[in-house]
Amino acid sequence: MLIRESASKMAEALANKEVSAVELTNQHFEQIEAVDKDVHAFLYLDKEGAISQAADIDKRRAAGEKLSPLAGIPLALKDVLTQKGVPTTCGSKILAGWRPPYDATVVTKLKSAGVVILGKTNMDEFAMGSSTENSAYGPTHNPWDLSRIPGGSGGGSSAALAAFEAPLAIGTDTGGSIRQPAAVTGTVGVKPTYGGVSRYGLVAFSSSLDQAGPCARTVLDTALLHQVIAGFDPRDSTSINQAVPDVVAAAKKQNVAGMKIGIVKQLSGDGYQKGVENKFNEAISELVKLGAEIVEVSCPNFEYALAAYYLIAPSECSSNLARFDSIRFGLRVGDDGTHGAEEVMNLTRQAGFGREVKRRIILGTYALSSGYYDAYYGSAQKVRTLIKRDFEAAFEKCDVLVSPTAPTTAFKIGEKANDPLAMYLNDIATIPVNMAGIGGMSLPCGLADEDNLPVGFQIMSPAMKDERMYLVGGALEAALLAKWGKPILDFAPKLVGSK
Amino acid sequence: MSLNYEQVIEKYEPTLGLEVHVELNTKSKMFCGCATEFGAKPNTQTCPVCLGLPGALPVVNKKAIESTILIGLALNCSIAPYSRFARKNYFYPDMPKNFQTSQYDEPICVNGYLDVEIETDEGNKSFKIEIERVHMEEDTGKSLHVGGNTGRIHGADYSLLDYNRAGIPLVEIVTKVIPNTGKYAPQVARAYVAALRDILRGLQVSDVKMEQGSLRCDVNLSLSSIGSGKLGTRSETKNVNSLRSVERAVTGEMIRQASKLEQGERIIQETRHFLEESGQTRPGRSKEQAEDYRYFPEPDLVPVVPESKWIEELRKALPEKPADRRKRLQAAWAVPDKEMAAMVNAELLDTVEQTVLLGADATKARSWWLGEISRIANDRNVFPTDLISVKDVAEIIALISKGELTDKLARQVVEGVIAGEGTPTDVIGKRGLKVVSDDSQLMKSIEAAIAASPETAERVRGGNIPAAGALIGAVMKATGGQADAAKVRELLLKHLGQ
Ligand SMILES: [Zn+2]
Repeated sequence: MLIRESASKMAEALANKEVSAVELTNQHFEQIEAVDKDVHAFLYLDKEGAISQAADIDKRRAAGEKLSPLAGIPLALKDVLTQKGVPTTCGSKILAGWRPPYDATVVTKLKSAGVVILGKTNMDEFAMGSSTENSAYGPTHNPWDLSRIPGGSGGGSSAALAAFEAPLAIGTDTGGSIRQPAAVTGTVGVKPTYGGVSRYGLVAFSSSLDQAGPCARTVLDTALLHQVIAGFDPRDSTSINQAVPDVVAAAKKQNVAGMKIGIVKQLSGDGYQKGVENKFNEAISELVKLGAEIVEVSCPNFEYALAAYYLIAPSECSSNLARFDSIRFGLRVGDDGTHGAEEVMNLTRQAGFGREVKRRIILGTYALSSGYYDAYYGSAQKVRTLIKRDFEAAFEKCDVLVSPTAPTTAFKIGEKANDPLAMYLNDIATIPVNMAGIGGMSLPCGLADEDNLPVGFQIMSPAMKDERMYLVGGALEAALLAKWGKPILDFAPKLVGSK
Repeated sequence: MSLNYEQVIEKYEPTLGLEVHVELNTKSKMFCGCATEFGAKPNTQTCPVCLGLPGALPVVNKKAIESTILIGLALNCSIAPYSRFARKNYFYPDMPKNFQTSQYDEPICVNGYLDVEIETDEGNKSFKIEIERVHMEEDTGKSLHVGGNTGRIHGADYSLLDYNRAGIPLVEIVTKVIPNTGKYAPQVARAYVAALRDILRGLQVSDVKMEQGSLRCDVNLSLSSIGSGKLGTRSETKNVNSLRSVERAVTGEMIRQASKLEQGERIIQETRHFLEESGQTRPGRSKEQAEDYRYFPEPDLVPVVPESKWIEELRKALPEKPADRRKRLQAAWAVPDKEMAAMVNAELLDTVEQTVLLGADATKARSWWLGEISRIANDRNVFPTDLISVKDVAEIIALISKGELTDKLARQVVEGVIAGEGTPTDVIGKRGLKVVSDDSQLMKSIEAAIAASPETAERVRGGNIPAAGALIGAVMKATGGQADAAKVRELLLKHLGQ
């Protein structure tokens, strides 16, 4: 069995013909079969599609064709990206049964690289949440402790990695939906620079903040996947027409001597779990040992980031989610000949959207209303500019910025379900990155003393300098691996039935 | 009590505002690559983007921006170095995303003007119509409500939706308030839309077919008591779809509003619909309970930042302004005002110009196209150039000038070409329509005519020149109209010693 290996190791085994892509795919389906009834990382498995993709790769490899580095490696796709003919729900009842007629650009790129897409992973409805509890299809459980949340919104993708159901996954990150799940599951997740990866086919939550990104169990695997999905896309006006930074080379380099690493003063202290701060500080010590220079920087406007985020994201979502109206696709309620079109639209939206989605639509509708626009949406955009300036000033003093990814380790399912504000605070350290459109990575930096649960270390790099976070992440990962003697996921309790 | 127009203008001063929507004739839609052909099978020109499917994203059509800048330049606007799209949020089944991507507070063209001229009893008057903005937006789909009596969504049994039109680029041209048109308000409104249509046609950016909806006008109108200096409440009459209707809609609204004011009622700020049959308007939804569109900048699109070099290139490529062109042609052809206006109204200016460019005399070209050919075209309800080509007409005129055809013969040639008998040369050949220019042949007919009426010939010999008319007529008759009357006259008079 190869399922506990890294994607890079699996790729070697495939290249050396020690295993076929079909065998590797089947091994993962076996693991999913064994553990996913408890983890519930997947909403849909595309066994037929995956096996046929894998068989195609095997055939091409046998024919001596030169394949891309990740050809034949299985991947879990967050259910917010369209895949032609495969159900895409965004974790919502309103899209139940919808099979998109087109591939997202990310999916097109994965397919042409020969990556085998196993299925679609669970998420908070329309990516709104930090625990995957807001999925209309039931929560995902954290493989470290099934009574705990796997983070959100991309809890399904990160849990799939931590439960060895897939070595690679795609997430999307609007306020931390890739990084916070990575942090609480002991995996790696990267939100690339805004515009670095096409959003075409990513069902929008908040257009100016959303970004798809790579998730894996190692920094190098994440970089390999990043390389596959990144790049300019003429179908996305906001995509950046520049060369993709060489993140793979950076991940392999493992040398941070002389680099300046800034600790953001505002992203620590009140609200941060002791064990989280301790592991973060230990990781800093490792970076010092590797020859990095540590500086403290202040980003005073980060204080307002959360408030501004909860105006901008709901505003955009209130408009983005207007298209879910029963007319052209998805759920339709009340079309029984007794209701007019407008009533059917209303009934469908009432029945199809969950509580958190409705809360944000109402919030955003209010914030954009005439008479309130300037005070809410307008002010939030100003805060956004100030946060960008804070980052610019900080990046003048250092190459990357660092912080804990999430203030706490994984909490219990249900613990914050009725306290939206407490839930929103989970993203306090990840949101500024989205507001500024820069890159952010989370990688594991140890287990918190209090609860033996993984802690995430966040690295932030300037726009289109994504290679820097891979450089620091790769080096830190190697140092910590040497210190621990084995990968962090080997400390996790073995799941019942796990292969 | 309803007032008549004379009574209205005695007491009230109208204030106009016109919003014109123009469908651009780009090959693809505003934000996707779908075709824009008119009349295609429903929902065959659609894709994830214009159907508003989850995940799809818009990309701006550069050609649409170019067309809009051209329109702005032709209307003397400033072109914004930075403009943005916004989302206009409201729910309607034929609007795929439930928001319209449109420009809002940052339009691409601002502050222009257009001079228009109208004919009045006191001579021509000109008005400067100021343009507030020219902006881009996308069209919606089309709903067809089936069942019920009204054809409207309420009461229908079911509705059919066609998204072929969804996402077709629209340009909206909005005037500033147009004051001081007085009793000429209806004429000014019509003249403005006509002038705008000519400009758009000249720029080749739109089909400008009002009957197909590729050019639609919304008329804003309010009245104030003369001398009060206070603007009244305005109504907005939507989708007025012909030049005549624009004029009628303004007149109709002036009368309706004045009659209400006379009765002490107040005007409600509302949207109204123009009724083609009666020339009246009926109320639509009231603006007082208007929707809040929650505009905000479209985050899926980057700002429009046209390079100034590009704008200058477009400015240089602008065609001659229709008004300037008209003045130039009128002078060159020495056409009186009235006939120039007739040519413009008949939309035959281009045709006449092309005929002249092929060497035809301007006066002849004008009289053939507006006279004989237009008459036949009107009878058959077609456009003159559908009947006969510019080239054929130019050829016929050339033959007349050379003396090879008389006007009478030429009419037969035109008839033959229209009847499908071939080119003018073919028709002349087949019908044997040659001017008899052989003097000896003509002389035989002249002598025969004299022999038939010796007394008349004697009177001519005696100096009674007008008496020659009867003899000339007899010769023309004898030659079947194929003789040149002037030539016959010359030979006849000479022969009779005059
Ligand atoms: Zn389309």
